[in-house]
Amino acid sequence: MAAGTQAGGSPAALLEVRGLSKRFGGLQAVSDLSLAMAEGEMLGLIGPNGAGKTTVFNLVSGFLRPDAGEIRFRGQSIVGLKPHAICRQGLARTFQLVRPFPHLSVLDNVKVAALTRHARTPEARARARAVVERVGLAPRADVAAGRLTLAERKCLELARALATEPTLLLLDEVMAGLNATETEGIVRLITRINESGVSMLLIEHNMRAVMALSHRIVVLSFGEKIAEGTPSAVASDARVIEAYLGEEYVHAAPA
Amino acid sequence: MRWAAAGALAVLLVLPAVLGSYAVTVFIFIFFYAFLGQAWNIIGGYAGQLSVGHAAFVGLGAYTSAMLSIHAGLTPWLGMLVGGVLSAALGAVMGYLGFRFGLRGFYFVLLTVAFAEIFRVIALNSDWVGGAQGLYITFTGDPRQFQFQDNRVYYYVSLGLMLLATGVVAWIERHRFGAYLVAIREDENACEALGVDTFRYKMLAIVVSAFLTGVGGTFYAFYLFSLQPNSVFGIPLSVEIVIRPIVGGSGTLLGPILGSFILSPLAELSRTWFSQGGWTGVHLIVYGALLIGVVLFLPQGAYPALRRLVRKADG
Repeated sequence: MAAGTQAGGSPAALLEVRGLSKRFGGLQAVSDLSLAMAEGEMLGLIGPNGAGKTTVFNLVSGFLRPDAGEIRFRGQSIVGLKPHAICRQGLARTFQLVRPFPHLSVLDNVKVAALTRHARTPEARARARAVVERVGLAPRADVAAGRLTLAERKCLELARALATEPTLLLLDEVMAGLNATETEGIVRLITRINESGVSMLLIEHNMRAVMALSHRIVVLSFGEKIAEGTPSAVASDARVIEAYLGEEYVHAAPA
Repeated sequence: MRWAAAGALAVLLVLPAVLGSYAVTVFIFIFFYAFLGQAWNIIGGYAGQLSVGHAAFVGLGAYTSAMLSIHAGLTPWLGMLVGGVLSAALGAVMGYLGFRFGLRGFYFVLLTVAFAEIFRVIALNSDWVGGAQGLYITFTGDPRQFQFQDNRVYYYVSLGLMLLATGVVAWIERHRFGAYLVAIREDENACEALGVDTFRYKMLAIVVSAFLTGVGGTFYAFYLFSLQPNSVFGIPLSVEIVIRPIVGGSGTLLGPILGSFILSPLAELSRTWFSQGGWTGVHLIVYGALLIGVVLFLPQGAYPALRRLVRKADG
C-alpha cells in the first residue's frame, strides 16, 4: 500500500491520487485515475452520467476501498481508513442524495458534526450556531431537518460538512435540483468558504457554475481522466466535447 | 418539569408507609421493569439497535450471582457487579458480531434473539447450574445476602435501580455520547461522514446497556429466590423488557418509566385475575392488543404524546 514520494504532484499537494482503480463486477467504474490538488484550490470534477465521479468521492472519503491506487491527504496515505477517521483528518464530504438526520433540528444536525472537533456539548452547540448562521439557515435552526425544502437541505448538508472544520471539502452536486436564485446563493456561499481557506473538490453538472467556480477542472469519462486544465481549456477540448455530445457533433461542428 | 420530577420522587419515597403489601409488590415490578427498560433504552431506544435478546443479560447476571452465592458464599452485592461485568462482556461479543459485520434491522434482532436462546438451551442442559429446575436460593432474610424480611426494602432497592439507570441515561443524553447515539439511529453513513466512529459508540452503548441489565439479574434472582432457564433466558422476558420503553416512548428519558407504570400493573393485575380462572397467559394477549394500539395511534410512544398534550394545555 505504501507508495514512493517520487514523481507527479508537487510537494505542497493537499490531495494526491495516483493510479486509482475500482471495479464493480463487469464495470470498471474508475480506471487508473491520477490527480493532485494544491492547498486552497477549487477543483471541478465533471463528466457525463456514469463517468465514475461519485465513485471517486466514495473512494477518497473511505466509503469504498480501491482495488488499486494510492490516496494521500496532506502527505499521508488514507487508503483503508474508515470514513470517520478520514473526516477527522480534515477531509469532509457531502452526499449527492442529502442525508440529514430527519428528526433532529437543523441546529442539532450541525451540532453532531461540530462535536467531532469540540467534545463538550455547549461549545459544539455554539460552533454549530455560528455555522448555521454562516450558511443562512439561522431562521430555520429549530426546524426538524425532515421539514426543510430541498435547497435548505442542501445548505444543511454543506453546513454539517463545514462544521467538521475540514481543510478539504468534497461537494457532490450541491446545486442539483436548485432553481437559478438558489444556485446563485449557494455559489456565493461556496466562494466565501473557499476564500476562508477551505480547498474544494466539486462534482457538478451545472456547467456555468462549475466553470465560474473552479480554478481547474478534471474531466472523467467511463472512469478515465480524459482532460485536465483551466475551465476555458477544458471547454474547448475536442475529447471533452465528444464525451458530452458524441463524436458526430465534433465532426459536424465548424472548426 | 424539574419540580414535577422532585414531587413525584418525594411521593414515591413516602408511598410504602401507606401502601399494603400487595401494592408494594406491584410497585417493585414497576420499578424493576422500568430499570430494565431504561437499560435497554440506551442501545435499543437511543442508538436504535433493536435487541430482543436482553434476557440473555438478565439470565447471565442472575445465574452468576446465584452460583457465586450458593457455591462460593460470595455476597450478591458483589455478585451483582460480577454478573454485570460478565453481561457487559457478552454484550461486547454480541455487539462485535452484529456491528462489525453490519447486521442491521431484522438481522440484528435475530442475532440477539439467537444469543438469548443459546444461553437458555445451554442452561437447560447443564446440570451444574441446575438444568431445567434451575437454582433455588434459601431465604435467610440476611441483608448481606440481598434478602430482606420487609418487602419495602425491595421497594427502595428497585426504586434505586430505576433512578440509577435513569441517571445514567440522563447523563448520556446531555453529552456527546447521547448526541452520537441519536444520530446513529437516524443515519449511520451520514454519521461516519461527519467523523463519528459509529462502531465504537454502538459498542459502548451495548456494553453499558448489558452491564446494567446484568446487574438487574441479581435483583431478579434474589427477589424471587428461584430462577429457571425458561424464565430468565426466555423470549417472553426479552419482550417484557422491550415493550415498556416502546409503549412509553423509546429514546426518551422518561419513556421506559411511563411505559412501566402503564404496563406493569396491567400485567400484574391481569395475571392475578386471569390465572384465578385458569386463564394463564391472557396478559400476553392484553400486551399484544396494547402494542398494536400504540403502533397505530402513538407510534412514538406515550411520553412524547403526553408532552405534546401538556404543551397544548400550557398555551
